[in-house]
Amino acid sequence: MKTYPTTEAVRDELVKSYPAKVAKKRLGQIVVNKKDEAGLVPEIKANSRSIPGIISQRGCCYAGCKGVVLGPTRDIINLVHGPIGCSFYAWLTRRNQTRPEGSESENYMTYCFSTDIKDENIVFGGEKKLRKAIQEAYDLFHPKAIGVFATCPVGLIGDDIHTVAREMKEKFGDCNVFGFSCEGYKGVSQSAGHHIANNQLFKHVIGLNDQPPEGKFKVTLLGEYNIGGDSFILEEIFEKCGMTLVATLSGNSTIAQFERAHTADLNCVMCHRSINYIADMIEKKYGVPWFKVNFIGAKATAKSLRKIADYFEDAGLKEKVEKLIAEEMAEVEKVAADVRTRCEGKTAMLFVGGSRAHHYQELFAEIGMKTLAAGYEFAHRDDYEGRNVLPKIKVDADSRNIEELDVKADPVKFRQRATPEEMTSRGVPHRDYDGMMPEMENNALVVDDISEHETEELLRIYKPDIFCAGIKEKYGIQKNGIPCKQLHNYDYGGPYAGFKGAINFYLEIDRMVNASVWKMISPPWRKNDMPELEADYVKT
Amino acid sequence: MRKVAIYGKGGIGKSTTTQNTVAALAEMGKKVMVVGCDPKADSTRLLLGGLAQRTVLDTLRDDGEDIELEEIRRGGFCHTLCVESGGPEPGVGCAGRGIITSINMLEQLGAYAEDEKLDYVFYDVLGDVVCGGFAMPIRDGKADEIYIVVSGEMMAMYAANNICKGIVKFAEAGTVRLGGLICNSRKVDNELELVLALADKLGTQLIHFVPRDNDVQRAEINRKTVIEWNGAVPQAEEYRKLARAIDSNKKLVIPKPLKMEELEKLLLEYGFLN
Repeated sequence: MKTYPTTEAVRDELVKSYPAKVAKKRLGQIVVNKKDEAGLVPEIKANSRSIPGIISQRGCCYAGCKGVVLGPTRDIINLVHGPIGCSFYAWLTRRNQTRPEGSESENYMTYCFSTDIKDENIVFGGEKKLRKAIQEAYDLFHPKAIGVFATCPVGLIGDDIHTVAREMKEKFGDCNVFGFSCEGYKGVSQSAGHHIANNQLFKHVIGLNDQPPEGKFKVTLLGEYNIGGDSFILEEIFEKCGMTLVATLSGNSTIAQFERAHTADLNCVMCHRSINYIADMIEKKYGVPWFKVNFIGAKATAKSLRKIADYFEDAGLKEKVEKLIAEEMAEVEKVAADVRTRCEGKTAMLFVGGSRAHHYQELFAEIGMKTLAAGYEFAHRDDYEGRNVLPKIKVDADSRNIEELDVKADPVKFRQRATPEEMTSRGVPHRDYDGMMPEMENNALVVDDISEHETEELLRIYKPDIFCAGIKEKYGIQKNGIPCKQLHNYDYGGPYAGFKGAINFYLEIDRMVNASVWKMISPPWRKNDMPELEADYVKT
Repeated sequence: MRKVAIYGKGGIGKSTTTQNTVAALAEMGKKVMVVGCDPKADSTRLLLGGLAQRTVLDTLRDDGEDIELEEIRRGGFCHTLCVESGGPEPGVGCAGRGIITSINMLEQLGAYAEDEKLDYVFYDVLGDVVCGGFAMPIRDGKADEIYIVVSGEMMAMYAANNICKGIVKFAEAGTVRLGGLICNSRKVDNELELVLALADKLGTQLIHFVPRDNDVQRAEINRKTVIEWNGAVPQAEEYRKLARAIDSNKKLVIPKPLKMEELEKLLLEYGFLN
C-alpha cells in the first residue's frame, strides 16, 4: 500500500513555485474534498480565466460549438468560415461515430468544409466568399441544413454570418441555414461554445417538426456524443427496453431528430455541462422535464434505466428494464470479478471534460480502483458542487458575453408532461445534478483547469497507476512512465457506455495498468548521468 | 531617404497639406513618393490631377500575386511618385490589415529600394490611429519622423495629443520621432499662441503656421496643388516655407503627451479667457 502526503500538503506543493498572485488564484481552484453532514462540499472556483503563461488543457469556444455539439450530426454540413486550419485541425478528431441508414444516406462527417479565407478576405470582408461557399455546398450536396461557424478573424472584421445565413436560407427554400458566432476567443473555454451551440439549435432547429415518432416511452438523450460508438450501445439498450429514442444530441444523430426533439416525454441529460441549456429551454417552452442520467458504469447504467422506468410508472417497462439489467449484469460481474483480481487497489486520476472526469470514476470503482484526484477542464461550479449552488454562482463578464435566451412557454405547443410534484411522488428527481464532488471520497483532491506543471507534480507525488486526460497531455504523462487513457476520444477504443461498454473499459484498463512496459521506462538523463538543467520561476 | 508620416484629426487637411508640401519639395528637386494610407484613396488626387490611381489592394485582389510596381505606382506632378493603399468600402472587412498588407507589398516590390533614389517617402494616414493597422507606418521603422497637422480647435488638439501617445509607445521601442506640429489654420482666436503652447508642452515645435487661404480651395477644384495651379500666389510660398522647414528640420523628439486636464487648462488660458 502506497502512502501519500496529506492532500492539504499536496495542494500547497502544487502552487509552491507560482508567483504569489497566481498561487492565490489557483488555490481557489484546487480543493480538498470534504463532505459535511448535509452532503455539502467546499466551494471551488471554476469557469474562470486561465492564467497566461500556464499551459492549460482547455480548448476554445469554436471547438466546443463546432467540434463537440454539432460535430457528431451527420447530415448537417458544418461550414467553417475562417482560415483553413480551423477546419482542417478540427476534422474527425473526436472519433464520434455515425451510422447512416443506408449507403445512399447523407453523411458529411467525413468531409471538411471551409471558406478558406485569405488576407484579401480579411481586408475586404469575407461575406461574399461565405455566400459563394454556401451556394457551392448546396449545389454539390443539396443538404437539409448548413451550419456556419465563425472563427476568430471573422469576428474581428465583423462579417455578418447570420444575415448571410438568413438570405441563403430564403433563397434555397429547402435548406435550413444558420450561423454560430462561436469565435474561438469568446468565453474562458470551450464551455462558451456549448452554450452558443445550444442557443442556435434551439432558435433555428428544435421545434420545427411536431410529429413524434411512434412509441409509448419517448425519450431524448442529451449530451451523448457517440465517441467510439457509445450511442450505438445505448440505442440498443433503449430498444430492448421498449423505449423510443426521439433524438440524441448529438451522437449518431440527424437534423430530423433535432427538429422533433421537443416531442419526447422525458429528456435524459448525460453531459450536464454541454447540454443543460437546451434541456432547460425545452422544459420551459414545451413542458418536457429533464433529469440527469449516467450510462458510464454498469451500476450507473442500471440506476439510470430504473430512474427512467420509474418516471414512466409502467409495470411492463420496469419488467423489461429489470430483465435486461439481470441479463447484462451477469456477464459484467463475471468480467469485473476477474479484472478486479489484477486491478483492486490501483489508483487513477481523471482530468478531463465537464462530465467525464465524474462519470468514469464509476467504472474505476467497479474494478476496485480508487480515484485519488479529479477535475474538469471547462466545467462550472454546479458540475462540481451540484445544482444547489446555482443561485450562488456569480455571473462574471466573460459569461455575460454569451447570450442567454429568454424562453417562454409556447402558447400552443406547451404540454407539461409531469409536474415536479408528480416526479417526486414517482420517486424520481427533477432537473437534478449533484455534481462530482459529493460522490468523491473525503480528502480526494479536486483541481479545476489543471495545468501541465500541476499534472507533473501530481504524477511525481502520487505515481498513479493510470491518468485519464486528452491528447495534449497524453505523451507528457507517458514519458513519466504512467499510462494515459484519453477520455475525449478513447484513443482507439470504445464503446465504454452501458453494460457492454463497461466490459470493454474493464479489459482496456486491465491491459493498460498491468502492462509491464511502463516499468521499463527510464529516461536517458537518469540512465546516463547527464547534467540536468534547472531554473526557478520569477517571483513577483 | 527620409520617411515621413503625416497624422492628424479627420478633416484637418492632412492630404491637402501633404500634397502641397510634397509639390514644394519636388519643385526643390527632391524625389518624393507619397503613400496614401486611407481606404478612401484620395491622398494623391492633387498630384495626379484627379482620382486616377488604382490602389495596391484592388490590384492585389484583381491580379493576384503577379504584380509589377508600375501597376500600382503612378508618376505625378514634378516627378513625384504616387501610391494609394486603398481598402474596403466603409463598414466591411479590415482597413488596418489592408494597410499592413499594402506596405508589405510595396517593400516586396522594391518601392523603397536604393536604386529608386528617393529623397522622401510621405505616408498620409487616415484620421486617428484607431487600430494596429493604422499605426503601421510608425511601426518597425517604416516612418522615422511624424508631423501632426493640427489647428487651434479643441478636438484637433485632442487628436494630436492622442497621436503623441501612440508615438511614445513606438518611439520607445524603435526609431520613430516627432518632427513637429503643422498648424493648418482655422482662424480660431489666438490660434498661433495656442498651438505654440501645445507644441511647447509636447516638447516639440510648431514647424510652420499655414494660414487659411481660399487659393487652396481654388487649386483643389482644379485638381491641382497650389504650386502647380499658380506658383506665384502667397499661399504657394507658405508651402515652400513648410517644405524648407521640414527639409532642414533636425529637431526630432519623443513627445510628452498631456493629461486631459492640462489640455483643458491650455485652452482656458489661451482660448476662452482672452
